[in-house]
Amino acid sequence: MTKEFVVKKLVFNKLAKIMSDIKYKVIVGLEIHVQLCTKTKMFCGCALSFAQQPNSRVCPVCLGMPGSLPVMNKQAVEFSILAAMALNLEIARFTKWDRKNYYYPDLPKNYQISQYDLPISNKGYIEIPLESGQTKKIRITRAHLEEDAGKNTHTSGDYSQVDLNRAGTPLLEIVTEPDMNSAEEVRALAIELQRIVRYLGVSEADMQKGHMRFEPNINLAITKDGIEYRTPIVEVKNLNSFRTIERSIIYETQRQLDEFIETGKTLKMGNKSTRGWDDDKQMTVLQREKEEAHDYRYFPDPDLVPVVWTDEDLERIRKNLVELPIEKRKRFIDNFGLSSYDAGVLTDEKSLSDFFDEAVSAGGDPKRVCNLITQTGLKIANEKGCKVNELGFDAKALAQLAKMVEEGTIGASSANIVLAEMAATGQTPDAIAQAKNLIQKNDTAEIEAAVEAVFAENEQAVDDAKNNPKKAQKALGFLMGQAMRKTKGQGNPKLISQILNQKLGI
Amino acid sequence: MSNEILNLNLIEIAHLISTGEITSLQATQITLDAIEKHNPNINAYLSVFNEQAIEQAKKVDAKIASKQTIGPLAGVPIAVKDNMCTAFGTTTCASKILENFHSPYNATVIEKLLAADAVIVGKTNLDEFAMGSSTENSGFAQTKNPWDTQRVPGGSSGGSAAAVAARMCYAALGSDTGGSIRQPASFCGIVGLKPTYGRVSRYGLVAYGSSLDQIGPMTRTVGDAALMMNVIAGHDERDSTSVNADLAPVADYKADLCGQIKNLKIGIVTKFNEGATPDVCGAIKDAIAVYKSMGAEIIEIDMPHFDYSIATYYIVATAEASSNLARYDGVHYGYRNKDADELVAMYSKSRAEGFGQEVKRRIMLGTYVLSSGYYDAYYLKALKVRNLIRSDYTNAFEKCDCIMMPVAPSTAFKFGEKTADPLQMYLSDIYTIAANLAGVPGISIPCGYDSQNLPIGLQIFTPAFTEHKMLKIAAMYEKNTNFPKLPEMK
Repeated sequence: MTKEFVVKKLVFNKLAKIMSDIKYKVIVGLEIHVQLCTKTKMFCGCALSFAQQPNSRVCPVCLGMPGSLPVMNKQAVEFSILAAMALNLEIARFTKWDRKNYYYPDLPKNYQISQYDLPISNKGYIEIPLESGQTKKIRITRAHLEEDAGKNTHTSGDYSQVDLNRAGTPLLEIVTEPDMNSAEEVRALAIELQRIVRYLGVSEADMQKGHMRFEPNINLAITKDGIEYRTPIVEVKNLNSFRTIERSIIYETQRQLDEFIETGKTLKMGNKSTRGWDDDKQMTVLQREKEEAHDYRYFPDPDLVPVVWTDEDLERIRKNLVELPIEKRKRFIDNFGLSSYDAGVLTDEKSLSDFFDEAVSAGGDPKRVCNLITQTGLKIANEKGCKVNELGFDAKALAQLAKMVEEGTIGASSANIVLAEMAATGQTPDAIAQAKNLIQKNDTAEIEAAVEAVFAENEQAVDDAKNNPKKAQKALGFLMGQAMRKTKGQGNPKLISQILNQKLGI
Repeated sequence: MSNEILNLNLIEIAHLISTGEITSLQATQITLDAIEKHNPNINAYLSVFNEQAIEQAKKVDAKIASKQTIGPLAGVPIAVKDNMCTAFGTTTCASKILENFHSPYNATVIEKLLAADAVIVGKTNLDEFAMGSSTENSGFAQTKNPWDTQRVPGGSSGGSAAAVAARMCYAALGSDTGGSIRQPASFCGIVGLKPTYGRVSRYGLVAYGSSLDQIGPMTRTVGDAALMMNVIAGHDERDSTSVNADLAPVADYKADLCGQIKNLKIGIVTKFNEGATPDVCGAIKDAIAVYKSMGAEIIEIDMPHFDYSIATYYIVATAEASSNLARYDGVHYGYRNKDADELVAMYSKSRAEGFGQEVKRRIMLGTYVLSSGYYDAYYLKALKVRNLIRSDYTNAFEKCDCIMMPVAPSTAFKFGEKTADPLQMYLSDIYTIAANLAGVPGISIPCGYDSQNLPIGLQIFTPAFTEHKMLKIAAMYEKNTNFPKLPEMK
């Protein structure tokens, strides 16, 4: 549903007069939790887990048993710093751990170890690609590290069950400024962030496994009669698919517009509310009317010592920073002349973009390599459930194939057949083209003879091509096809076309 | 015969067992008999591991018989305060909320005792969650002072102190958050050492005030304390606040005891040493005179922020406690109210019924000082004052090698004497609390008796991570006097 559609619906449904002079803009900020892919949990030696036997990946520390003490996972902190660097955040040299105190059965200590006033990083931005081909910078307020809670399961009966396998899993919490103004922008940010953390190898960012959870804060800036109003902010909790993020924002936009027109309610201290996404009803539903005056009683965790980073530490971590997807995308467009769409497809995953880069470095024409990947490579990889770089041929072989097309050794359509065979057998493109008789004929005399023969058999078409402007195009195509057939499909189409034109005198 | 064995100190019994002159089984059986005889009256122990202790004793005896390498505490009956987690028996913290709690793991100090081949005979009583100065806040039993059973043994490690004094073990572990090792040691006439914060691992010590808690030995002699320190001190990678060996190496405390420190400079604050009861003041004065006679120089020092230590402590410790004790909610383990029909009611009823008065008082106090709007005025201010108290020690140690003062303003008081007024109870920790805030080590050693034959303790502080020096200074006194004496056990 687009913005225009929302407005139209309102205009026609009920409020034509009032709406006629209303303008509005949606404002969205995000709170994002990214699960880091460390070997062990944030403060103990338990392995991270998904869908394991409940309470099987636990120890006294993540169970919060009396007397147990947390020990910081250095890898998690370094992953966070790397991600923060990629998000252009300022890295704090001194950072500490705080306890966030609240009671909930999935939180075994009844406090969460988090970071309050001295997070690992502050003030950055993420550049996101938009469908228009433009990019937009979204400011990031801060990113900090914390431990995840367990999971409560509310089964039937008068009890709930607690699974603490997830408790203590390292989470990077990223908070953005309210810089997004459409569902598309929010979706683009979510996807771009997923790409970035995957490029860096700090998170698997598997949405279905809950590795990324989004909480948009949404409200509208409405201009009516030259006065700007802000609607109360709504926080939508725990969204874990790109689709629901987008839909919840579209839904909220309309709901808040409706509500404003009906009630005139505007943003005030304390009237922020919390809603959840109901996927069956495709709508947000109210969870908490007012922002509860939560007092988390943050204070420095006396069990953990503050972390101090030196220049050397940060330089060592910075060495793991890779070219980010958006930079890569720009390079593919600017240096290789790829379309924005193709560049987007190739840079979606780091392994694919690296494979592409490697093939180009090995001498493959960028556009030809791109076409081979996007037209056939991805399709086969998809069918096999693997990545293009795992299909069984290396980037050099791909470059070789692109070269053969470029040099006219094989036709573009044959190249796709060869590629499929390369994936199946791992043989070289040359060997496959030979074996399959796909090498193009570039012998001028032979092609001339074939064209002559076609002309002799199709006088009407020759005449149309020469003298009938209305039918010339069709006739030329027909003659071209016939000539191809005469060469058993092996004639170089470029050469045939050239000779055809020459002999027809056009 | 059995009394003679019971009266041996830790080093002596360890030696006799290691040389095979006494078996661990004998020593353990005699100790268990003493517990059986005296504990119903003294209530030092909350739980006793009869069978397990005998089994361990036999194992150690077998090791000795087969000439295997043995640990420094081989075969010796030892007690531990019941706020240290043991994978055997219960770990109750003397709280109803953990009445039947079985820890799934051993605290680091327990692992170390076992690695030293000690025989852990039982777990001792304490003020609930180590909150108190008399052990009267125990949810289970009233520990009596072996010197006078009308009186408290001090607290919170009152059970450990009474067990050592009454010869129901040869040494015990206590924990000290504001004086909880030193004050009961003083009240019971034994040696109690609070190590520097970070010297001994806290892993498995049920937290009260995490930035203040330290485990330490309670023994009958200074040498025994040194031997215990040899076993329990050192870095533990499971406790981030335990100090790395390269920053502060662990000494051989027992070997370091030999010899004297020449030109010892003792810092005193006259007003402190005159602020206790006349008997205590006299004993401290006499003790310092003994050092003088050994050539020590007495230097008057100034500790201007010492007076704020109780106020500061009751903000820092309770703030940490309010968070540390949040986990006892009836959800995962411990006491749960069975009638609650929803979550919040289950939380509040379980906690209201499971915790005792003093624990609830401190949780409320700590919750309050961390609350939004009060944090800066209380908690943050307290942290600043804490730094000033730390600097009081640092500045003092520029002028002297050690500081001496009483452990407590009075000797052991009677049951109920201070329970009505918590502030009076808090004030009994006036001399001990500052060391926890500053993190410096302190030791309490017997230095005399009052008119009612109740023991008096001398407290000695040295700079952080100089326990070896502190023990040596304490040993100098012990060698030149006829302390300690032990209470008669009928």
